[in-house]
Amino acid sequence: MSGILVFAEHDGGTFKKSTTELLGKGKQLADALGTNLTAAVLGDADAASLGAYGAAKVFQVGGDFSDYSSARVTRALAAAVEASGADVVLAASNYVGKDALPRLTARLNGGQGSECTDLRAEGGKVVGRRPLYAGKAFADVHVDRGPAIFTVRANSFGQPTAGGGSAEVVALQADGEARVSLVERRAPQADTADLTEADRIVSGGRSLKSLENFDSVIRPVGAALGATVGASRAAVDAGYAHHNEQVGQTGKTVNPSLYIAFGISGAIQHLAGMCTSKVIVVVNKDFEALIFEHAIYGLVHDLFEVAPKLEAALREL
Amino acid sequence: MKIGICAKITPDTDTQVKIQGDGIDSNGVKYVISPYDAFAIEEAIRTKEAHGGEVVSFTVGDASVLNQLRKGCLALGADRAVIVSDGAALATDSLGIARVLAGAIKRDETDLVFCGKQAIDDDNVQVPAMVAEILDWALVSRVVEFSVDGDSFTATRSMDGGVQEVVTGKLPAVITTDRGLNTPRYAKLPAIMKAKKKPVNNLELGDVGLSADDIAPAVRTVSWGEPPPRPQGRLIEGDVDTAVAELVRLLREEAKVI
Repeated sequence: MSGILVFAEHDGGTFKKSTTELLGKGKQLADALGTNLTAAVLGDADAASLGAYGAAKVFQVGGDFSDYSSARVTRALAAAVEASGADVVLAASNYVGKDALPRLTARLNGGQGSECTDLRAEGGKVVGRRPLYAGKAFADVHVDRGPAIFTVRANSFGQPTAGGGSAEVVALQADGEARVSLVERRAPQADTADLTEADRIVSGGRSLKSLENFDSVIRPVGAALGATVGASRAAVDAGYAHHNEQVGQTGKTVNPSLYIAFGISGAIQHLAGMCTSKVIVVVNKDFEALIFEHAIYGLVHDLFEVAPKLEAALREL
Repeated sequence: MKIGICAKITPDTDTQVKIQGDGIDSNGVKYVISPYDAFAIEEAIRTKEAHGGEVVSFTVGDASVLNQLRKGCLALGADRAVIVSDGAALATDSLGIARVLAGAIKRDETDLVFCGKQAIDDDNVQVPAMVAEILDWALVSRVVEFSVDGDSFTATRSMDGGVQEVVTGKLPAVITTDRGLNTPRYAKLPAIMKAKKKPVNNLELGDVGLSADDIAPAVRTVSWGEPPPRPQGRLIEGDVDTAVAELVRLLREEAKVI
């Protein structure tokens, strides 16, 4: 093993939650494999501060990366991987992880395990556990040529505690055309966090019966809980929620600590998208709804009665 | 303009997946064109309708994929299907598949390639971006609005957290398609009949300039499994007020998630 490198993403200098989560796991794996942990930072951020999470060195690629381009990020990361000599790369499976990391894998002639929900050290290698068929099956994968690149689903490991220490920063440059240029950035239509990274989700199904009900019954519970709002495909197709909010095999795959499903029957495509949620609460007046099989806590009651009372109770906490 | 589509045949989304050996039990599984690829096919056909040219689909798969491609791609308006069914191509990883597709796309001198944002079977979300890197093309993923003007394109990409970005670039490009981009059309019966006469190119690895060594897989699957069983849940009894109060208590004190 010659090292594990974490792609340390930041928003205007603030490192993302997924970055510290990956550094925590990367440090554990590096210790188990007797190797070192490094990080790659693109653009302006306090790279040395990542030493607090166990990064020995940080490779910082200079330049302005605020307008995202997969071609530029790929070349910058390739420069960092080459400079570090790392043979394992960890990154979040967010938009950039899905868009640029496969380009990096191709550029470095390596192999990639996508959207892992667990990583472990075994036989001198990192093995990633990843869902397939939107979570209806799992596979354990490793890579036996070139760098092993793993993207990891948010909230898979929890946050590490920051220690002391400062990382050595190595400045790098990378060239490469952007290939696309940004014309306009549009703010989200609904004021919500991203479903795929959300730690709490409140979701509604077709039983809501209308857009007005969805807005007046489901969204307030989400607001009271500080949760992101999701919806079943049936609710999205009926126009109650935006298609960005669809949870399931042809929508978003989510991994929160808490998932509350109101009036969702539990079609297999929906279950596939949310079944790795840690605590699932189901509210449905139909006690035969398939989704109850996945519930940790189930309430066989009318959602229109439960939701306002739950919202009030949550607001009192 | 020559417009390409990368289309994959996958189990339908209502498939109950059962693991058998090193894959899934295909018994009784209904196969379809991967749902996100349907948006790619539709967008390719619309682009041809607006600007002229030819629409060619590219697939790595065994002989059985032709049936789905005729119904779900050629019958809708694609002009020709290219299928690579070489044994080594069927046993490689995402990068190997991407090399094969990139080779076929280059052989056909394609200017613009649409792919679904991901296939819904192995959920790797790797091949389109790898194709773009191998060909050294522009890439825009999860596109929900698209237009071409001469050799330039404008695309709206759906980023994390509901943010959308409008970007422009020059062809050639790989565009991955998301829900919301368009509404795929259905095939009419006469078109299905006509699709049977549309040309199909069956290629070997050598035809796209590759050998089996060039696409040796790097990713190994150590084991397959079904999802771990979920912990036993319970129904919370009582009237609505009691049940809601108990739920809040359990979420705080037992599950410790609020």
